[in-house]
Amino acid sequence: MEIINLEGTEDTPKIILDKGNGIFEISGRSLPEDSAEFYNPIIEWIENYKSDPNPSTSWIFKLEYFNTASSKLILDVLSKLEEVPNSTVLWYFHEDDEDMEEAGEEFSELVEIPFEFKTY
Amino acid sequence: MKYIFELHKTMLARNLILVYEGEFTQEITKSVLSMAERNMDSIGEESNIKRKVFNVMVECLQNIVKHNEENDSKAAIFMIGKQNDEYIITSGNAVKNDIVEILQTKLDRINSLDKDGLKSLYKEIIKSTGISEKGGAGLGFVDMARKSGNKLEYDFQALDDELSFFALKTTIPRF
Repeated sequence: MEIINLEGTEDTPKIILDKGNGIFEISGRSLPEDSAEFYNPIIEWIENYKSDPNPSTSWIFKLEYFNTASSKLILDVLSKLEEVPNSTVLWYFHEDDEDMEEAGEEFSELVEIPFEFKTY
Repeated sequence: MKYIFELHKTMLARNLILVYEGEFTQEITKSVLSMAERNMDSIGEESNIKRKVFNVMVECLQNIVKHNEENDSKAAIFMIGKQNDEYIITSGNAVKNDIVEILQTKLDRINSLDKDGLKSLYKEIIKSTGISEKGGAGLGFVDMARKSGNKLEYDFQALDDELSFFALKTTIPRF
């Protein structure tokens, strides 16, 4: 399966989606001008992955900041992950970043996937 | 040349650390953010305050990029003020007269809610609303109110038959 490997920029996150090596990670900052355009290829990739996924998948979210337009698309990504069997979300937040912790809690209440919370 | 000194005095009197007037784009947004971040870094601002200020600035700037109506100059204004106990993020841009009431209703509703009310409203909007044609999620004001923990102050001044000037002020405590 195709590997997605996007370098992070000052307004877009770093994203690695690598089935072979079992790495599924989004990290950094997300405030792109067009959040739908940025995230749609990610959602499509997950759509393809779900038909032949690994036995279990840990999706790492290690975001430093995201804007509200991204938050809507992140919810769309999480909703797509619901369709992938044996998915877990590892939600990382900086230890003094209560807002990012709360954002993760809110997402976990909106989708049916187990969340594990971790600090960095 | 006197206006230079006048403007300088106004900025000092109002504790304005950054004023940008002109066209707003994503590139300009990134530059303004990076200047403000450097400024906060240089005074050793606490990271949780920095994050909140950054958050409010992004929503405010991207609102202008997405919604500023073309007036004569296409220009809008964005300012950051810093007092001993708070940051003040203000913006001003042109909006169509026919959406003034819609904005007022939206802002008044947000201002009537407490912390839990805002959280519920946020979840309600994120669940039920798609991304608009302009690329917004309809969550910007709610997020600004949540992150600042304060009411959003606003004002409208009629410019002509079609447009009004929309001024918005968000205050973020430094503690």
